[in-house]
Amino acid sequence: MIRLWFGGLVVGAWLLLACAGLILPLRPDEVDLARILAGPGDGSWLGYDDLGRPLWDRVAVGARYSFFVAFFVVLISAGAGTLIGAVSAYLGGWIDHATTRVIDVFLAFPGILLAIALAGVLGAGINNVVIALAVVGWVGFARLARAQVLSLKDREHVQAAVALGASRTRIVVRHLLPLITAPLIVEATFGVAGVVIAEAGLSFLGLGIQPPTPSWGSMIRDSGRYMLVSPHMVLVPGVALMLVVLAVNLLGDHLRDRLDVRLAERDRP
Amino acid sequence: MNEPLLRVEGLRTRFETRGGVLHPVDDVDFDIRRGETFTLLGESGCGKSMTALSIMRLIPAPAGRIVAGRVLLGGEDLLSLPEAAMRRVRGKRVAMIFQEPMTSLNPVLTIGEQIAESVRRHRGLKGAAATRVVLELLDAVGIADPEQRQREYPHQLSGGMKQRVMIAIALAGEPDLLIADEPTTALDVTIQAQVLALLRRLQRERGMAILLITHDLGVVSEMADQVAVMYAGQIVEQSARAPFFAAPGHPYSRKLFESLPEIEKRAQPLAVIPGAVPSLARAFTACRFADRCDFAWQTCREVVPRWIRVSDAQAARCHLLDAEAIQQAPEHAPRPPAHLAQRQRTPAPVAPLLEVDGLKVHFPIRHGLLKRTVGQVYAVDDVSFAIGRGRTFALVGESGCGKTTIGKSILQLIRPTAGSVRFDGEELTTLHGERLRRRRSDFQIIFQDPFSSMNPRMLVGDIVEEGMRALGLEPDPARRRARVEALLDQVGLPRDALRRYPHEFSGGQRQRICIARALAVNPRLLVCDEPTSALDISVQAQILNLLQRLQDEMGLSYLFITHNLSVVAYLADEVAVMYLGRIVEHGTVDEVLGNPRHPYTQALLSAIPVIDPSARREVIRLEGDLPSPARPPSGCHFHIRCPHATPQCRTHYPAVTRLGASHTVRCFLYEADDAAEAGC
Repeated sequence: MIRLWFGGLVVGAWLLLACAGLILPLRPDEVDLARILAGPGDGSWLGYDDLGRPLWDRVAVGARYSFFVAFFVVLISAGAGTLIGAVSAYLGGWIDHATTRVIDVFLAFPGILLAIALAGVLGAGINNVVIALAVVGWVGFARLARAQVLSLKDREHVQAAVALGASRTRIVVRHLLPLITAPLIVEATFGVAGVVIAEAGLSFLGLGIQPPTPSWGSMIRDSGRYMLVSPHMVLVPGVALMLVVLAVNLLGDHLRDRLDVRLAERDRP
Repeated sequence: MNEPLLRVEGLRTRFETRGGVLHPVDDVDFDIRRGETFTLLGESGCGKSMTALSIMRLIPAPAGRIVAGRVLLGGEDLLSLPEAAMRRVRGKRVAMIFQEPMTSLNPVLTIGEQIAESVRRHRGLKGAAATRVVLELLDAVGIADPEQRQREYPHQLSGGMKQRVMIAIALAGEPDLLIADEPTTALDVTIQAQVLALLRRLQRERGMAILLITHDLGVVSEMADQVAVMYAGQIVEQSARAPFFAAPGHPYSRKLFESLPEIEKRAQPLAVIPGAVPSLARAFTACRFADRCDFAWQTCREVVPRWIRVSDAQAARCHLLDAEAIQQAPEHAPRPPAHLAQRQRTPAPVAPLLEVDGLKVHFPIRHGLLKRTVGQVYAVDDVSFAIGRGRTFALVGESGCGKTTIGKSILQLIRPTAGSVRFDGEELTTLHGERLRRRRSDFQIIFQDPFSSMNPRMLVGDIVEEGMRALGLEPDPARRRARVEALLDQVGLPRDALRRYPHEFSGGQRQRICIARALAVNPRLLVCDEPTSALDISVQAQILNLLQRLQDEMGLSYLFITHNLSVVAYLADEVAVMYLGRIVEHGTVDEVLGNPRHPYTQALLSAIPVIDPSARREVIRLEGDLPSPARPPSGCHFHIRCPHATPQCRTHYPAVTRLGASHTVRCFLYEADDAAEAGC
């Protein structure tokens, strides 16, 4: 229960911040030379960074970017991955063989390395981060969808649909995809946490969101040099990142258990 | 004088579920004497397995709990023993075997090791002494070459062999009581006959009592000394075997007999029990069967019936047998029996609807990295038959004989390797893509398990109209809905079923939904693949009646695939018996079942447990198991199990011999006659 409350609360706050950041009077780029490296208190409750910019405003805007990236990367990679995996498993034969090989090749690389390489080639910028992470991300969904469809496609309700004259599209859309959504939703939840980390990682390496736009990853990178002098600079974005990833993972766990129990109960004759 | 071995008194087990508290075992009493077979008969969900688990104290905790009663084994109350003492009872004094031998054995240990574990635990033997006992046990349960077999793993054994191993494990502790929970339900009839004979022999040799749990009246009649009939958590009738089969006392028991399909009942619908088993969640203040009973009157709905002795050996819980209660009955004349119109059998027409000629379905066995084909499974090997319009053709055989594959390859769900399938004159094997899809409305299939054949995420209304939408038969949504409602009426389901999900229905109702779905596209041929084998007897009767009625109303043709010969006798016009991918005997029902000629058909018929206990018949016992269709024996596939095999059978497959107008058989025993007749 605590998982649900904590997870829900933190993720809710993240979403709220991402949306509210558009209306709130935030000044993430306003330099205040008098307050360079100033600690919490006095004007900004989280303190100021090495250029005298308010950390609260920067974390709030960073939340928006991390959410934006997470949302689109998961949407694109889950959509494309599921479709590719499901269709490949359903059609079988050489199409499936080829897809499996491609998936294997992608899986052979550590995902973040491939994303770094891609981001390097494409150049920095938020859109390229989304593209790079989606190119890496679809593989997991494709593999999961393929495995699920393989176990479903010889089930009798699919055969009954073939016997009734349903077309291939109809079978995939009506009889296969709805039955594999539960594990995919769980995978997507965990995917969100992964993408938030990956985006921070890319930005930390300077391949992601470019200054002066604030991002949690780049904030952590910039603060490294002042860690001993003003630890709040690394703590603020670091804790924000940790809380969000933890909360999303807890929610994913919760969702997985719930959907599993439901499925087990429903499938029992 | 005869102190019972096991006495169960007032046993009550409760179960907490999301839906409330259930009482699957509700005040159950019975005695089992030494060396006797006590059968607990009932339909699924009546609490018979729960009774067995309660005796063993194996109720899954904490959801389930035994709340009242005593289980006395030789005078000692098992329910009051500490768990450690109970562990010494399990396996040692009371042993249990289950329905699924496949899941009851550990797949990573050899069977010898698994038997030895029980020997070590219950007899305290080790090393060579334990091994010797293991070999003795394997020998006792009729496993040939125990030395070799004890080193094998469960997956290397057939279902019947695994059940024998389970029995060997159970015997290791030399128990006084063996609880067998549906021990043969998952097995084929010829294997079932072997296992039942084994249980009888072991019981005779060891003087052990057996509590046999079953839903099959035939098995009861073969095995029982005492019969108890369970209904909704309670025993409603208890009797010695002979009086029970001569005159069952409780109306529920009588209904069970009446709903059995038999050849004598061919011309009429089977008796059905209206309604459904009451929910075990409610407290009963009256007769549990009153709502479904043909004879119930006021008293039945108000007073819980007492045990009434019919004779020394028979008693039932029913007001009908109570001399006092029955006086209050208004004229308890039985309701008029349901409409018993004689069915008109469709005569064999001239042009058949479906012709199957030389059908072969071979599956390649692929192996290794490059997926080279290293062999073939000859699932269906050169099968020919024809089905007339409005007729029922039955394919009979044991599991693995290829009967389901034939059904699917007729529908082109599996593409045949060779041969032709002509539907109404049109060749189906060469049809592809869109043209095949358009043709699919003519032939439909009903599967064995109605639940897995429906998409669990779709509403029943959407499931039934699926075919109409897929084929665009009825584009107007309102008219389509109306048609779905009419179909639900036709198969006997309430109209509000439309907006519910499949899991909300019982097994029989789910099968009705599947039938409605198939009928929605106006098929002319229905392939019924074991449509009733997952269902209880009384529900089976309902589905068989429904299929009969639909055939009369709509002139459907059926290809009925089953292993149940009494269903064939009741329903079919023609029957073909299959063995290892080939049809060995074919003819009308009277010809094949009345006068079986092929040794396999004869063995199959004799292996079925019969209800009439007076007719003790000679069982032709087949040794061994069905060989693998990947390596069929040379010559006649049946020769290794055949009691009449000759050298010729080992080398050649017999040709078709015609015995009558429609009766054919493939066996050398008759080929000579045929040749002689031809010569005359």
